[in-house]
Amino acid sequence: MTVAVTAGTPGRGRGGRRHRPLPTWALGLIGLAGLVTVVELAPRAGLVDERFLPPFSDMVSALADQAATAEFWQSLLETLRGWAIGLSIAMVAGVVLGILIGGIPLLRAAMNSTIEFLRPIPSVALIPLAVLLFGTDMRSTLLLVVYAAFWQVLVQVLYGVQDVDPVARETARSYRFRPLTQVRTVIWPTALPYMMTGFRLGAAVALILEITGELIIGSPGLGRQIAVAQTSGAVAAMYALVIVVGLIGVVVNVIARAAERRALRWHPSIRGEVPR
Amino acid sequence: MTTAPIGAAARPESSTTMLDVRNLKKVYEGRGRSVEAVRDLTFTIASGELVCIVGPSGAGKTTLLRCVAGLLDSTAGEVVLEGERVTGPPPGMAVVFQEYGRSLFPWMTVRQNVELPLKEKKVPKAERQRLVREALEAVGLADAQGAHPWQLSGGMQQRVAIARAVAYEPHLLLMDEPFAAVDAQTRADLEDLVRSLWKRLGVTVLFVTHDIDESVYLGQRVIVLSDSPTVVLEEVTIDLPDERDQLVTRSLPRFAELRAHVYELIQQAKGGHRPAS
Repeated sequence: MTVAVTAGTPGRGRGGRRHRPLPTWALGLIGLAGLVTVVELAPRAGLVDERFLPPFSDMVSALADQAATAEFWQSLLETLRGWAIGLSIAMVAGVVLGILIGGIPLLRAAMNSTIEFLRPIPSVALIPLAVLLFGTDMRSTLLLVVYAAFWQVLVQVLYGVQDVDPVARETARSYRFRPLTQVRTVIWPTALPYMMTGFRLGAAVALILEITGELIIGSPGLGRQIAVAQTSGAVAAMYALVIVVGLIGVVVNVIARAAERRALRWHPSIRGEVPR
Repeated sequence: MTTAPIGAAARPESSTTMLDVRNLKKVYEGRGRSVEAVRDLTFTIASGELVCIVGPSGAGKTTLLRCVAGLLDSTAGEVVLEGERVTGPPPGMAVVFQEYGRSLFPWMTVRQNVELPLKEKKVPKAERQRLVREALEAVGLADAQGAHPWQLSGGMQQRVAIARAVAYEPHLLLMDEPFAAVDAQTRADLEDLVRSLWKRLGVTVLFVTHDIDESVYLGQRVIVLSDSPTVVLEEVTIDLPDERDQLVTRSLPRFAELRAHVYELIQQAKGGHRPAS
């Protein structure tokens, strides 16, 4: 191991180290600060109309106003709840059906064309159907969220189940593992990285559809608040809510990645250097 | 080693037949073409024997082993293990694969890897722990229990796979070119490990290899295969002293003779030679 490491370094060392590069998080912060500065200065300098893009400080104070209302917190809760319920249903359905379909070659062959037909249907195309079924109830939005996130998860799990190493499979067979043991000890761990990817993709798509549903159908949540703010001309408040939605997206992604790292310590993409 | 022998329980007398392969034939049916990998293989292995199977590359060694292991259906003929016809992986058998890195589960520790087949076999917990401990001690990896396989060197990983097979207490241990992917020094160590485990546990070993020296050094008997479609070319009895040593045994004149004989057979096999019948 050490041999390989030292062999790798001279290329980098030759340039001499003039200054230590900034850590990526610091660079990220600088980028964000730049964006905030532009959003703050552009309206103040008259480059854009303040009616359409208020300065950043106005958005922040509108956000503070929002945070003082019970309605905001209620809406935030509605959004998070709809998202979490939808994602959970999609995950459970996607994983169970994925393992079932992926594990039985005949079923997989039979289902392939159906999946390829249903998957590309954009979830928003189902809005009329959802409204017909459930009106402006939160269930309308839930339908969209589940439909969109389900395919992300299912397709990943199908790939994951396909990825089982033939030698690992034969090992399990040679030790006479029962089918359920094979699922638990071989198929599940192999598919887990794919499930995690499916979870991350599904989480992002679910949030998009949750907000879309609230905006268009008018089911309760932050999306509806954004529409309300827009129609009542509260532009800064509208932006404030958009920022909140964006932050939810960031937090969701961070949590998903942390969960991924924990669950996949053994996986080559996570484990990094082999200690010996 | 003072530990109680594992795997020796309830073994039949050494003169009985452990494995009987009769007129085994395997044809792979592809789209529009079929490949005859194994034409007609017949041999028997007595209980407690250590037999090596050697053949030129592409001789259908792995096909044969997979048929014996019950992982592959044969086209004709039969494999009988301890009097029972093999139709799927039989209970009294364990396989050590060449690709140790893929055969061990990276999401489990060394200990969990060795223990899993025992759990599946419903061995009681105390017994299981004893078997795992003894098997890991036997392969010299008692300290690596908590490690993950990918934290170990190739040779150590293959030791874990051997420990897993040994802890399972098989009557027949199948090894499919187990040392083809490790370096020469590790290979010598592992060869001696197989010999010592075989002696201590009294398990029957069928060892498939492409390495002529290895087959002569390890086996009591070497079955030489022809090239594909495969038949048995000759069964060579290895009349070397039972106590084998990498230096001493390999420098015996008899070792050189046997090695030369098997080498000639392999050369003939490559040239397409088949037995007169």
